[in-house]
Amino acid sequence: MSDVVLGIENLIVELPSWSDRKHAVSGISLEIRRNEILCVVGESGSGKSVMAKSILRLLPEPHVRVTEGRIVFEGEDLLALSDEEIRAVRGGRIAMIFQEPMVALNPVMKVGRQIDEVLEVHSALKPAQRRTRIVELMHDVHLPEAERIIDSYPHELSGGQRQRVMIAMALAVEPALIIADEPTTALDVTTQAQILRLIRELQRAHGTAVMFITHDFGVVAEIADRVAVMRHGELVELGAAAEILNRPQVDYTQELVAAVPSLTPRVRDPGPAPAPLLVVHDLVKTYGAGSGFLGFGSGRKVKAVQNVSLAVGRGRSLALVGESGSGKSTLARCIIGLETPDAGEVRLDGERISGLSRRDMRPLRRDLQMVFQDPFASLNPRHRVGHIIALGPMIQGVPQEQAWADVRELLKLVGLKPEAAERYPHEFSGGQRQRIGIARALAVKPKLIIADEPVSALDVSVQKQVLELLDELRRTLNLSMLFITHDLRVAATVCEEIAVLQNGRVVERGATADIFARPQAPYTRALLDAVPGVAWQKTA
Amino acid sequence: MRGAPLVRYILRRLLQVVPVVLGVVILNFLLLQLAPGDLATVLAGEAGGAPKEYIDQLRQRFGQDQPVVIQLFNYLRNLLTLDLGYSFRQSAPVLDLLLDRLWPTLLLMVTTLVLSLGIGLLMGLLAALWVRTWKDHAISVAAIIFYATPLFWVGLMLILVFSIYLDWFPTSGMEDVVAFYEGWDRVVDIAHHLVLPSITLSLFYLALYARLMRASMLEQRGLEYVTTARAKGLTERQITLRHVLRNALLPIVTIAGVQVGGLLGGSVIVESVFAWPGLGQLAYQSLFARDFNLLLGIFFMSACLVVVVNLIVDVIYVLLDPRIRIG
Amino acid sequence: MKSFRERFLGNPRVVAGLAWLVLALILALMADVLAPTDPFAIVGDPFLPPGAGFLLGTDSLGRDVLAGLIHGARTTLLISILSTLAAVAFGTLVGALAGYYSGIIDDALMRITEFFQTIPSFLFALVLIAILSPSATNLVIAIAVVSWPPIARIVRGEVLSVKAREFVQAAVVAGQRDSAILFSQILPNTLSPLIVTGSLLVATAILTESALSFLGLGAPNQMSWGFMIGAGRSFMREAWWLVTVPGVMILITVLSINLVGEGLNDALNPRLADL
Repeated sequence: MSDVVLGIENLIVELPSWSDRKHAVSGISLEIRRNEILCVVGESGSGKSVMAKSILRLLPEPHVRVTEGRIVFEGEDLLALSDEEIRAVRGGRIAMIFQEPMVALNPVMKVGRQIDEVLEVHSALKPAQRRTRIVELMHDVHLPEAERIIDSYPHELSGGQRQRVMIAMALAVEPALIIADEPTTALDVTTQAQILRLIRELQRAHGTAVMFITHDFGVVAEIADRVAVMRHGELVELGAAAEILNRPQVDYTQELVAAVPSLTPRVRDPGPAPAPLLVVHDLVKTYGAGSGFLGFGSGRKVKAVQNVSLAVGRGRSLALVGESGSGKSTLARCIIGLETPDAGEVRLDGERISGLSRRDMRPLRRDLQMVFQDPFASLNPRHRVGHIIALGPMIQGVPQEQAWADVRELLKLVGLKPEAAERYPHEFSGGQRQRIGIARALAVKPKLIIADEPVSALDVSVQKQVLELLDELRRTLNLSMLFITHDLRVAATVCEEIAVLQNGRVVERGATADIFARPQAPYTRALLDAVPGVAWQKTA
Repeated sequence: MRGAPLVRYILRRLLQVVPVVLGVVILNFLLLQLAPGDLATVLAGEAGGAPKEYIDQLRQRFGQDQPVVIQLFNYLRNLLTLDLGYSFRQSAPVLDLLLDRLWPTLLLMVTTLVLSLGIGLLMGLLAALWVRTWKDHAISVAAIIFYATPLFWVGLMLILVFSIYLDWFPTSGMEDVVAFYEGWDRVVDIAHHLVLPSITLSLFYLALYARLMRASMLEQRGLEYVTTARAKGLTERQITLRHVLRNALLPIVTIAGVQVGGLLGGSVIVESVFAWPGLGQLAYQSLFARDFNLLLGIFFMSACLVVVVNLIVDVIYVLLDPRIRIG
Repeated sequence: MKSFRERFLGNPRVVAGLAWLVLALILALMADVLAPTDPFAIVGDPFLPPGAGFLLGTDSLGRDVLAGLIHGARTTLLISILSTLAAVAFGTLVGALAGYYSGIIDDALMRITEFFQTIPSFLFALVLIAILSPSATNLVIAIAVVSWPPIARIVRGEVLSVKAREFVQAAVVAGQRDSAILFSQILPNTLSPLIVTGSLLVATAILTESALSFLGLGAPNQMSWGFMIGAGRSFMREAWWLVTVPGVMILITVLSINLVGEGLNDALNPRLADL
């Protein structure tokens, strides 16, 4: 097995005494071979990132440290190397790419110089030669105008460009192994697809071994040769990508694969369109009009929402799909009255609700509620769950006793125990908190719920449960829903209709099944193509 | 951000200085209104000292019978033409007195700034590099003690030890006036007098900067770009000097600018302890002579000084941090 | 994870600081019981060194230094605490209004705050006292007037960051009134930085009060530590203790407050303590 580049043998990483677990990684053994991409998949807390960091000894010691095991690379145990020896390996023989290129790059150093540092440390090139090499690397990672970007600071580049800089940095001295820690998680889908393609292309061209850490089975399907599934610091299953994706052996892997939202829209003929409940007509919202704080930022206008019209039918569910900056969240905030639109109108049940004062809006809150994105920020940490849920009804005039009795029923409805009402938000997990958020939205018995990326902060298995809950509640309570998401797969599982947003405009609208089968707008097509694992899901 | 955008930025910042200076003038005027007695008597030094004719002249000039707004306007006009009035206690125009006393204060402040920033930043840097060792603890303990020590008391203690018991340094003044030193000898003499006052004023700021620097370094060292630098194979020394240091200095530049006002306040105390003939001592004297005209003149000038220093600090910050978008 | 109480009281610096502060508070509250005679009364010969008769000696007029220290604790602590409370109340009001109502109100309030932060604060306090005439009330006013801007800025920053959290939007969507949102949703979540800054502000207030009293602008007819040092400075050659002892009192008290304040900060933000 001379093909093996890196061998991890029985690795144990200990967490500090105050954590809820003893080990982040408890006894992992695996190998990475030349010219292959090994995907390490796991949910949050699986220890996948800690394992990756321990290879180059980048753990925050002494709190988190390797207590047992060997990491053998090119015949030597990395854990036994001297400081000087491990520095020769770092960036030279093994390179790393991180999740958030914005924070992984030094904000006050030009990106060219940041790449240059790798060459300076690991090569004998002279400054002029290094500059040539940097330009060459920028071409390799398809960065346009290398001469300009070389002298740019990280904040002057887009997220995708920053990640390309990180990749150029990793490739600089042709390492034997690249460790990529969730390198596409912070990016939009279309950018993610490009970066994945780039990594694959460069990996093939150079024959490099890649350890690719991810939580997304779609990404695995795009890029992996072999897959290692991790859970609670242990290796659950290891095998060829095709095997794991299509014929997982272990229960946990099967669950994870099944939890990946399907790309096939739910087979449900929407039938004849019911009377619309929510109508948005020609809505416009521009930011940055007028002078900003201290007179800065004036003149810079962002057209967040441009003449958007749409309708949600009674009992229907419409997904607003778009990437970051598409204006989908602004649109939702305009509808619910958190922002005032500049023009256009919003009607709920025939009544105009846009442009109302907070006071006039109050009675209408009964009909229109919202589920928020971040389960950790959407519940006031200082209030009891019962108080959080009962607030809305009590403002609407429901007596306290009645409201609290309803809270218990609601908690049961969303799959929590009634006693949860007495507890504080920090005592619950992310998924449970999102259930509390849903109960809060339902408490006033609304007609329409706006859900703003309600599952994007959750692990896939939890995500699936929350989506199922939302779908079930919607049908039993005959609710209408406006569902905001960046993920077409999620949109397909819960919504009969889709509106695709790009730069503040609706580029395509229609029944989910139709759009998936015959996308009309080029952007919709690009989005569909960019869904990670699309080929795998179609065959499955 | 260099060249034309920087010039535009400086011009715009200069424009923002105007309301602040106006604000100080208005505040001065309001304070005068608060003082017992009418504006003219207050300006002329309250309990006599000024000839009756001058007070009448002042009354006329400020239109004492006019509405307050007109009085304010007259006051504004006088101040903006740098007519800060006349001090009868000192028998000299306020502006002349101020300019006379400005440079000893500037000498003290600049020495203090250099001393406290230089040593403070170095100590903070070293403490962060030696974090959780006995050296770090020693620096941190010293810093927290100096940080809690009243300035005037430090001054008195230094006099007690180094002047009274050891007789190494003079107790007061800026130079030996009876010795009539000239040239280089005079410089040495002033430097000799400067030692204790500047140490007194420096200790607190030195401690402040050391603490800030240590905290800032440690915060930056926990950020992800440092992990990236480490993953490139850089040595810890390279990581600190190339990556962490510049990022850690940024917040301190801002705070150092804010502290200039405090430094001026501190110089009042230090100058009165060491009889250093600067603005602070003048303020102290005018306080007890109830020479409000002079006192408010000093206040006005100090505020302007702070505004100018803040402007300079902002420009330095823009040069240091490429993320600030200007223009 | 340890509880807040364990993190706070498990810190030896905090325990030491608290111990001293409790002692100083007892001195201040029980001053009349512990030192029943007037601290300005002449009770012995001048310049008696510490030890026999008077534990900490007597001053240039033959007044008991220990009695002065005990009554000085009352003056200094009372003025510092009251001025801090006033500064925190006013600063919180300004910061909360600015942060909650962004736009013109925020702009105007923050310009005013910046203005007050720009002008040299000690000089400003000095001018205020000189013009208002020295008294305990005016000291409280002057110190409060120069201390509120940092509080306002911190509260504004916190309110802005809490306001952006989704639970505040949820309260808006539920139809809660502005004032109720500010008081029940936002302000309780800004408490911890406010408590830390407020406690550290007491230390600054003590330093300011002592410096003003030292310069002779303290409350007349009330013994304070700064005043004692100011009165003793002319006699350093003859009686070193007149200056040294009250200075040590100020130093230890300010140090204790800083230690407790930092301990609070570390206990409230445990991640910073781990670095």
